[in-house]
Amino acid sequence: MYKANITITLRQSILDPEGKAIEQALGSMIEGALSNVRVGKHIELFVNADSREKAHELVENACKKMLANPVMEDYTFTLEEAETVSA
Amino acid sequence: MTRPRFGIVVFPGSNCDHDAYHVAKHVMDRDAVFLWHKDTDLQDSDVIIIPGGFSYGDYLRGGAIAQFSPIITEVRKHAERGGLVVGICNGFQVLTEASLLPGALIRNASRRFVCKEVFLKVENGDTAFTSKLDTSLPMRLHVAHGEGNYYADPDTLKRLEDENRVVFRYTDPTGNPTPESNPNGSSNNIAGIINERGNVLGMMPHPERCSESILGSVDGRGVFESMVDYIIGERVEATA
Repeated sequence: MYKANITITLRQSILDPEGKAIEQALGSMIEGALSNVRVGKHIELFVNADSREKAHELVENACKKMLANPVMEDYTFTLEEAETVSA
Repeated sequence: MTRPRFGIVVFPGSNCDHDAYHVAKHVMDRDAVFLWHKDTDLQDSDVIIIPGGFSYGDYLRGGAIAQFSPIITEVRKHAERGGLVVGICNGFQVLTEASLLPGALIRNASRRFVCKEVFLKVENGDTAFTSKLDTSLPMRLHVAHGEGNYYADPDTLKRLEDENRVVFRYTDPTGNPTPESNPNGSSNNIAGIINERGNVLGMMPHPERCSESILGSVDGRGVFESMVDYIIGERVEATA
């Protein structure tokens, strides 16, 4: 059993107005120190697979087909071994 | 009842389904049926309308979950057979998510939900959806969406333009596609596009909300009239 932590963000080429708004607000708080804010989604899920390779393949497929829209979004994920299904 | 028959898809969260049904049935005086998202039968519909709303609560992304519903599998087959499919607002999002149309609809550039009257230039009056529309004057329709900002990579945009597949464009009242007349930041002021074959249309504005004078505009009715005309023509051809 593996636990996947998936991060989905808008592609760099796409303006992220929410990130921009946050960046401007942060800028007024701590001048110049924080920049390039991108807002995304975090998805956790468990994968029942015998090997890390298989788990990777299953999550990759889920991201490509449904969790992210490759036209406008990028995704990354990490896998960790998990004993049971609990967060 | 009178052909063509309009099939209106209903997802949990659809909220323009009854408007589309009303226009098809009572304004156009045609056959109309609702198609539940779990159904696998299009009930012999000639035209499939994927209406506006918030299918599946817009969870994940607008239209992202709807594309996996049983009815969309059938809609895909209908489109592959050359049948007419029109996605309005959330329906347009469903069609891009299902890859029946290219590109994607992202958050409005303003980050605000926009609900207002817009002007649209009919850029291609030679389609199954626009043949009855006046291309000389912009049409007046309503938009109501938070994610209607049409995005596609530069190659796709060029192809859409070159192939005359940008059907509707946001303009000012005189027909100029100015930045001010673009309600959501869409690339090239795009409001509606068709697929390569010309039988699938996606548009953000709502023709079904502008088909009766009591609602302030009848400019949307022409979209329904065009589809009726196309289907009847097709039937005449088939029997000739």
